[in-house]
Amino acid sequence: MTSPSAPFPFGAIASVVGTAVAVRGDDIDTDRIIPARFLKCVTFDGLGEQAFADDRAELNGAHPFDHPEHQGATVLVVNRNFGCGSSREHAPQSLMRWGIRAVIGESFAEIFYGNCLALGIPCLSVSHADALALQAAIQADPAASVVVELETLRVSLNAAADSAAVGSAGASWPLTLADGPRRMLLSGQWDATSQLLAHDGQLRATAVRLPYLTAFSAV
Amino acid sequence: METGTPLSAGTLYDKVWTLHQVAELPGGSTQLFIGLHLIHEVTSPQAFAALRDLGLGVRHPERTVATVDHIVPTTSQARPFADPLAEEMLATLERNCSDYGITLHGLGSGRQGIVHVIAPELGLTQPGMTVACGDSHTSTHGAFGAIAFGIGTSQVRDVLASQSLAMGKLKVRRVWVDGAMQNGVYAKDLVLHIIRSLGVKGGVGYAYEFAGPAIAALSMEERMTLCNMAIEGGARCGYVNPDATTFAYLQGRPCAPSGEAWERAVAWWSSLASGPDAVFDDEVRFDAAAIAPTVTWGITPGQGIGVDEAVPTLEQTEPDERPLAQEAYRYMDLTPGAPIAGLPVDVCFIGSCTNGRLSDLQAAAAVAKGRHVAPGIKAFVVPGSEQVAAAAEAEGLDRVFREAGFEWREPGCSMCLAMNPDRLEGRQISASSSNRNFKGRQGSASGRTLLMSPAMVAAAAISGRVSDVRTLLDAAGATAPDRAPVPAAAG
Repeated sequence: MTSPSAPFPFGAIASVVGTAVAVRGDDIDTDRIIPARFLKCVTFDGLGEQAFADDRAELNGAHPFDHPEHQGATVLVVNRNFGCGSSREHAPQSLMRWGIRAVIGESFAEIFYGNCLALGIPCLSVSHADALALQAAIQADPAASVVVELETLRVSLNAAADSAAVGSAGASWPLTLADGPRRMLLSGQWDATSQLLAHDGQLRATAVRLPYLTAFSAV
Repeated sequence: METGTPLSAGTLYDKVWTLHQVAELPGGSTQLFIGLHLIHEVTSPQAFAALRDLGLGVRHPERTVATVDHIVPTTSQARPFADPLAEEMLATLERNCSDYGITLHGLGSGRQGIVHVIAPELGLTQPGMTVACGDSHTSTHGAFGAIAFGIGTSQVRDVLASQSLAMGKLKVRRVWVDGAMQNGVYAKDLVLHIIRSLGVKGGVGYAYEFAGPAIAALSMEERMTLCNMAIEGGARCGYVNPDATTFAYLQGRPCAPSGEAWERAVAWWSSLASGPDAVFDDEVRFDAAAIAPTVTWGITPGQGIGVDEAVPTLEQTEPDERPLAQEAYRYMDLTPGAPIAGLPVDVCFIGSCTNGRLSDLQAAAAVAKGRHVAPGIKAFVVPGSEQVAAAAEAEGLDRVFREAGFEWREPGCSMCLAMNPDRLEGRQISASSSNRNFKGRQGSASGRTLLMSPAMVAAAAISGRVSDVRTLLDAAGATAPDRAPVPAAAG
């Protein structure tokens, strides 16, 4: 189930709010996030339905992405080395189209991290203990409201009004995000295209000093 | 930097990075010029669509080169393809290349093939370049002393529009390999061994510089296998400093410099290698002589063991790796402590951007020659490119494989990721010369993959089970085809 009404990230991103979903396990690769057969497409439309397709089929309704209480979740909480393997942007695209707007995890594979950033989806790091605590809190109270703050770099979880899981009320954990990506998201400059195009003169200057673009006469 | 300014001291990575710096960006990342952009049918269509939406052109169409590899069938490549989605993807690529003036090495051109096979064989990939492609195995091109890395589709759009990318600089870890590899041990075994030791996330944040006597002795094709799988160890790029082996490979290739430019190129390329004063952020050492033919038993490329070892028990596994080991036992249906040799396989696949080059096929053919695939085993060979196929056929390798009961196919990515009709069925288990043993990777959600060298895949095909290729090579007296034989007693 996707959240078709939620707009894709746009402009400055200071916080992500909503509910959260935990997908446990280390080294979850992009083939598992979106199996290769779904890459046979010329647009990203429709990939939201296919997120974790094979894992969900294997678990026959028991995957967190199939739990009714997690439909509409905007924050995904994962463990170590999430998004390893293939560079396919189809992976973050499928998560985004399912409704995810921020990923919190112990660590991320580099290409996946950059692909998320290019879509305005922050990948924020937490310690192993905090990841487990956050995942447990989400499981205990799936309706709890989650706030991810890029300014203060904290995630807080507030129990749903009708929840008996008072233990998670008001809980908060520190997040890590490198200063560069954080500033890019906060300022709305995470989409690099216009910045890259702004440096026309420098691009020309670089090209003329590259030996392999000048028959090695610039050596 | 002024034209003609000597390159700074340091690592090759530092020198190439500095040369390609365009500007510093507001977010703190660096705008890096991309010298060679490779595109294919899977990760480019949405990038071209974005260009059209934004009203942008392609800044350097002459620095972008396209081919079709992921979705092509390997039985018949007649158009239109039987699969309408595959046909639409290729047709879209053809239209985009035509609209923007980009060279496409299409089917039947004599130059089509897996993008990471054709760019080196055409001489497009050269030392000192930055190379980007919407494919994680772009690290392959680091074999030439290029800084090469995989990118996503938004970045493909950015390179098309600006010939540059917003990047953060990596740290550099030198992976030093002493000694000489035993007969029957190949670059694939070396890289599986390195990943097994450093872990699938050990390289995150690093470029891997592969160096040392064992690396210097590798052929270019072996270096490509090694750098290809740097990403499986978490390192976005891996590279080898350019040397005489590099230059000998490049000389005379269609897109390599020639005449006077060749001499100038070699001089410049030689200056790029990491100097004796280079400072590395980290260094690890291996002994090549201690490495056995290596096979993965689990669901990440880091879950590898020597063919003479047993599936590690939980007690032998680091505590934080145990949940993944347990998941792997279940998925692979393997018993901890059981030997890997002798495990029956169903399908044997030789090919991919890791191991689909001529020397890979020669190594496998040396094992297959005069023998026959075991009953009930499906075994097939997919050359990495049309040029590889032609060279292999010229020396009769197709005949060797066919006579041994292997199918000889048309070039493409094939069952490495099963975006074409080549795939596992149900819980079939494959011996595969590809790069990923992830759950579901080879086209069946419950299919299982054992990664190994092409020669080891051939040995598995002959015996129907995981086998130590060294026993077959000893019987045949064969050696790794393009590396000097080493004494059996080495190490």
